[in-house]
Amino acid sequence: MTYTIELQQVAKSFGNQKVLKDIDLNLKQGEILGLIGPSGAGKSTVINIALGVEQADSGQANILNQTMPNRQLLAEIGYMAQSDALYEALTAYENVAFFAEMKGINKQGLDQEIKRVADIVSLGDALYKNVAGFSGGMKRRLSLAIALIGNPRLLVLDEPTVGIDPALRRQIWHELHKMRDAGHAILVTTHVMDEAELVDRVALLLGGRIIANDAPKKLEAAYGVPTIEDVFLKAEEEESND
Amino acid sequence: MTRTWAIAKRTLTELLRDKRTLALMFLAPIVILALLNYAFSINATTSIKVGTVNVERSVQTNLADVKHVSTANYDNRSQATEALKDQKIDAVLVEKDGQDYDVLYANTDASKTAMTRAALSNAFTKDKTGKLVNALTQMSARLGIQNPAANGQFNLEENYNYGNKDTSFFASIMPIFMGFFVFLFVFLISGISLLKERTSGTLSRLLATPVKRSEIVYGYMMSYGLVAIIQTAIIVFFTIYVLKVEVVGSILNLFLINVLLALVALAFGLFISTLAKSEFQMMQFIPIVVVPQILFSGIIPLDSMASWARIFGDILPLKYAADAMSGVVLHGVSFGGIVPDLLALLIFLLVLVTANIIGLRRYRKV
Repeated sequence: MTYTIELQQVAKSFGNQKVLKDIDLNLKQGEILGLIGPSGAGKSTVINIALGVEQADSGQANILNQTMPNRQLLAEIGYMAQSDALYEALTAYENVAFFAEMKGINKQGLDQEIKRVADIVSLGDALYKNVAGFSGGMKRRLSLAIALIGNPRLLVLDEPTVGIDPALRRQIWHELHKMRDAGHAILVTTHVMDEAELVDRVALLLGGRIIANDAPKKLEAAYGVPTIEDVFLKAEEEESND
Repeated sequence: MTRTWAIAKRTLTELLRDKRTLALMFLAPIVILALLNYAFSINATTSIKVGTVNVERSVQTNLADVKHVSTANYDNRSQATEALKDQKIDAVLVEKDGQDYDVLYANTDASKTAMTRAALSNAFTKDKTGKLVNALTQMSARLGIQNPAANGQFNLEENYNYGNKDTSFFASIMPIFMGFFVFLFVFLISGISLLKERTSGTLSRLLATPVKRSEIVYGYMMSYGLVAIIQTAIIVFFTIYVLKVEVVGSILNLFLINVLLALVALAFGLFISTLAKSEFQMMQFIPIVVVPQILFSGIIPLDSMASWARIFGDILPLKYAADAMSGVVLHGVSFGGIVPDLLALLIFLLVLVTANIIGLRRYRKV
């Protein structure tokens, strides 16, 4: 079995603080994995190690069967960070075009590709406006559009729907499901627990460990609770009792 | 290469849309240079007034004959001293007897004191030679020979290697300031620009693409190199055509020095910005990084400093740029003459660029 993301016994400390202890995490093609956990649990660190931004102290991080860090492989990954990370003085179009160039996407057909991703996040009308005048939700959507550019095989989305209206959120999830069905692999972190119901598999990160890793329905059954939110609360409770 | 160019293009677009920063880079140097020019031209004529007590008529006349020196006669020493305290006069000269004089300087302005000293010695010498000539004339008349001092009409034609008789102190510091402005603005704006890229998260996003770390640094260098060329052009043409400062050497050499200096400032700014957490902290580096550069750039003559201070100056890039630019502007030094300075700047550049490329590893491990 080849995985799009494969983390094996990854551990990482910052100073004296052990952020990740022995993480195993896999993501297949055509699957959405939801990584949930309280703030400071190390979700971003997992992403950074997968991207090769950070180096794991021990263990192995593979993406598309190649060991990270690997610069060339970053062209295959669409990444959306927690901060919007946009150039405010530029227009939305210029922002997307710039990151497309950084990813080495062919200039031919780039214009069409930019319009395609802008339509997914409903930013077609604002494409030629300066980002400085955008609302928080618009910036978030543009940030997502940048991650989608070039139709990458792996999407890594850190809190993609914070500050986005419910209707648009639903539309974005619809698109993510479409991409999954087309064979893309998607790693999503989220705070919004009802969104965790929309993923194929939930990995619960707590105290530097993955303490649960299964389909949302199966997790709910295993913990004997109706929602992922309850799973989360119950798992947290059990963890603090230990 | 396409990525480097795309980063340069993006940086320039951002800069072009930031009107205030543009004004700072291109107008502020002009305003400051014009003010400096004005301030230092006025300073060119210092005049002094010497209070005299009991001084022989001939000495007094000779003293008043010295350019920019006037005299005022006082009846006694205490009156003159009073006038000195009221800042009406700059020195008091008292004749004790025929040979002994006594002078009291106000000494609140060292240049006035030096000027008074020179004027006094001038006046005494003139007085002595005057008496000598008189005696000689009488003697030679009595002996019936031609007086050698009679047809002693000397003519001195003054020529200037640089500029003309109106050339002020400003001309000698102008090349230094030219380099200073390029350094200061490129340092600040590039440093803050990368800092913003870091705090807004765009740097992380950039490093999550296959871009090379070196391509980011080169992209910045390309855009700010271009900005430095434009800035230098504005400063050079303003000083030459509006402030009428003469440039003896080649303007092309000036550009070369400035662009190299701008690249060093850029690399320096990028490097320092990694040590700062906010724009405010970036500003705090100005007194540490920028002020010493101007102190050791030659505005205060370096050969008058202690040897440890001169060694300190050797590690500051602005010193080499100022040295080269003074050479080109004031002495018309050719390209061959500025090569050592250019090499020094090049070494700074290579070291800092390498440090920056390695330093970006903090944000991505490949």
